[in-house]
Amino acid sequence: MTFRHKNTRRIEGLDSNVWVEFTKVAADPSIVNLGQGLPDISPPDYVKEELAKAAAVDRLNQYTRGFGHPSLVKALSQVYERVCGRKIDPFTDILVTVGAYGSLFSTIQALIEEGDEVIIIEPFYDCYEPMVKMAGAKPVFIPLRYKNDGNSASSADWVLDPAELANKFNSKTKAIILNTPHNPIGKVFNREELQVIADLCIKHDTLCISDEVYEWLVYKGNKHIKIATLPGMWERTVTIGSAGKTYSVTGWKLGWSIGPQNLIKHLQVVHQNTLYTCPTPLQEALAQAFGIDYKRMDDPDCYFYSLSRELESKRDRMAQLLQEAGLKPVIPDGGYFMIVDVSTLNVDLSDVDEKQPYDYKFVRWMITSKKLSAIPLSAFCGPETKRQFEKYIRFCFIKKDSTLDAAEVILKNWNKQTA
Amino acid sequence: MLRRVGPSLRHFLLERKSSAGYSSYSSEEKMSRPVQARRLEGIDKNIWVEFVKLAATYSTVNLGQGFPDFPPPDFLKKAFVRALSGENHMLHQYTRGFGHPPLVKILAQFFGKLLGRDVDPMTNVMVTVGAYQALFCCFQAFVDEGDEVIIIEPFFDCYEPMVKMAGGMPVFVQLRPKAPKDGQLMSSADWQLDPAELASKFSERTKAIVLNSPNNPLGKVFSREELEFIADLCVKHDVLCISDEVYEWLVYDGKEHIRIASLQGMWDRTVTIGSAGKSFSATGWKVGWTVGSNRLLQHLRTVHQNSAYHCATVAQEAVAQGFQRELELYGKPESYFIQLPKELQQKRDWLVQSLDAVGMKPIIPEGTYFLVADISEFKSDVPDVPDSDEPYDSRFAKWMVKNKGLAAIPLSAFYCGAHKNNYNHFIRFCFAKEEATLKAANDILQKWKREKTSP
Repeated sequence: MTFRHKNTRRIEGLDSNVWVEFTKVAADPSIVNLGQGLPDISPPDYVKEELAKAAAVDRLNQYTRGFGHPSLVKALSQVYERVCGRKIDPFTDILVTVGAYGSLFSTIQALIEEGDEVIIIEPFYDCYEPMVKMAGAKPVFIPLRYKNDGNSASSADWVLDPAELANKFNSKTKAIILNTPHNPIGKVFNREELQVIADLCIKHDTLCISDEVYEWLVYKGNKHIKIATLPGMWERTVTIGSAGKTYSVTGWKLGWSIGPQNLIKHLQVVHQNTLYTCPTPLQEALAQAFGIDYKRMDDPDCYFYSLSRELESKRDRMAQLLQEAGLKPVIPDGGYFMIVDVSTLNVDLSDVDEKQPYDYKFVRWMITSKKLSAIPLSAFCGPETKRQFEKYIRFCFIKKDSTLDAAEVILKNWNKQTA
Repeated sequence: MLRRVGPSLRHFLLERKSSAGYSSYSSEEKMSRPVQARRLEGIDKNIWVEFVKLAATYSTVNLGQGFPDFPPPDFLKKAFVRALSGENHMLHQYTRGFGHPPLVKILAQFFGKLLGRDVDPMTNVMVTVGAYQALFCCFQAFVDEGDEVIIIEPFFDCYEPMVKMAGGMPVFVQLRPKAPKDGQLMSSADWQLDPAELASKFSERTKAIVLNSPNNPLGKVFSREELEFIADLCVKHDVLCISDEVYEWLVYDGKEHIRIASLQGMWDRTVTIGSAGKSFSATGWKVGWTVGSNRLLQHLRTVHQNSAYHCATVAQEAVAQGFQRELELYGKPESYFIQLPKELQQKRDWLVQSLDAVGMKPIIPEGTYFLVADISEFKSDVPDVPDSDEPYDSRFAKWMVKNKGLAAIPLSAFYCGAHKNNYNHFIRFCFAKEEATLKAANDILQKWKREKTSP
């Protein structure tokens, strides 16, 4: 029987995925999982209650408006109008998607095509590269580099070289993908840094896809600034947000794209031809949760701020544990990830006969011998920079105390178990 | 032979438009180029955006968009509440991207039984955001620029734009109505493919055929003979079959839903698509799935992991429990998959009666919760506009919702542009509605009829 059916060109080479391997780890309860970015803390009670309430309403178990459940897009426009200081039309300027992942996909499919170049800042959330390739475009990478030789104590020390960045822009550059607060480093781009990017976008008439899923998770001394609020940027920026990261409900898979109608309308076309509508009861519950927190946006008890405070102390604890084990973590200014250079541990893996980068080998070794998991940083790099980042691994610290306690035990006993 | 007339002609025209030529880019070129990608060309219009809005604004009785106005069954709602409020709060976090393990396991068991083969939950099943996203993954995974995809008309409207977005060429073949016996109402079974016509649509460029049985909008349930004919062509021409079976349980009058993947030579070339929304009357949950050989599903996984990646965990957990119950009650009268079609058949019959009584001629559906009716006798209410671009039934449906408060969908919505006027005096009703809704529809129709006959 003949069978000539292979995959389409658009997905050629896009089949492998770091998560498929490393999320299997989550299923093994004997492993302390600080790898994949998902909370093991509970979402707030009121969020769960709103979902129960929504599911009890008959109509809310059927299809809702494709581009976003009306009460949700209205709630989002309220919150973001306040944050951005501008009018945001809930029906034309917002699209609700299946997670921020779905927003990235809709944006790239809507606005990027063959012949385009898209600038991606390394290290990057791993899906940017395959999504740009699936759209037929060419990813152009630029690494964050630490500005001090050796001691990269803070995520703020990781910067873009403005001249190097400017060189990456040309007439083919359709978009730049910005991720702030940044995964995996935790960098919170400051106004000057954003202005450099904005100036280049305006000069070269480039779009900005701004992945801001960790927007509320910003630690003392730092402020999350939306590049869309800089002069000349609203009309060329799609800003992406996530319910999963905002409310610790990654399993709800709801996200949104916000921007000018002339861009969002194209995302809506993609959406109506890919999955059409997102789940209704989840959107309704999210709308209610946003309503509750919108009312207390001047109050420190607002979940957006209380979660951030909770995570800051986990961040500090994680950093301390790693430092006590003799490691030098890069302290993040935002997000819930922390990267650390493990080369100082001098774990010799040269006998592991694989062409894999060092960090992949290290993480696999650490999982089996230390029962602790993390994610190798070279998963977040383009081919040229893998060498540069292969000594780093990423830990996720949005974990309950008992998980961090278990990590502490492992790290404290690290040197006692050398082969 | 010109293999790719469409796209290269388009490129040529664009090149003519921009004087500097399409291949050399400059800032000026970028500003004069549209911001959106070419793949969106011709797929921006969507019938639902307009008709859903009209129904929301004007309708008192909405038999338009396909969703039930009754709730999902209690056991399913309870499963959802258990999942979201239970001790395991990790159900609010990411689950396995290709499908929540309890769900893929039960789907593999269930469909293994139905297909009569071993179905592996990890490699032969993938969960998607509704059957809609399953369709998207299929087209993106298998349809390259220049590939032809056969679509049977009338079709669920998303097939055409999805094929186009993937760069493919839709090739249409129509179900053609045979006149029913004297005095009888037409049945969806009377709409058939002409075998020779269908065979002529297969060429060496044909990548896939999309099959939808039971068929939306007609309600046709393809017979074994019809499916075998399609299967033979697929095998002969080495073509894939994308089998949209979302209404698989909604089959009436003792008819059997036959899964084309179970026919000779078809498992390896078929992706079978299902929907929790339709199976459990919970369209708002957006849980769907694909079942097929690993050789095919591996590519769906690649698309999925680069587009949506995960589906909502809580909904998947609840659907898994729903299926567990159905597996245990399979074939028994308390099974939802037996109760639901029983209730819907009754509703179908009520609507058929209502329509027939006023002179709208229903085509009795063998399956689904849709019914198409011929509105020729009501044409006098909506005069023809000879120069109108809009198909007659579309204008009729809009007039009807605005003036009578009754929402339905014009059949032309389910035809390609070139064929929209072929069957332009039919409208589609959804009868997955409470008794009160169907009675209200009947009242509107009766009143309308009275107004027509009185001077």
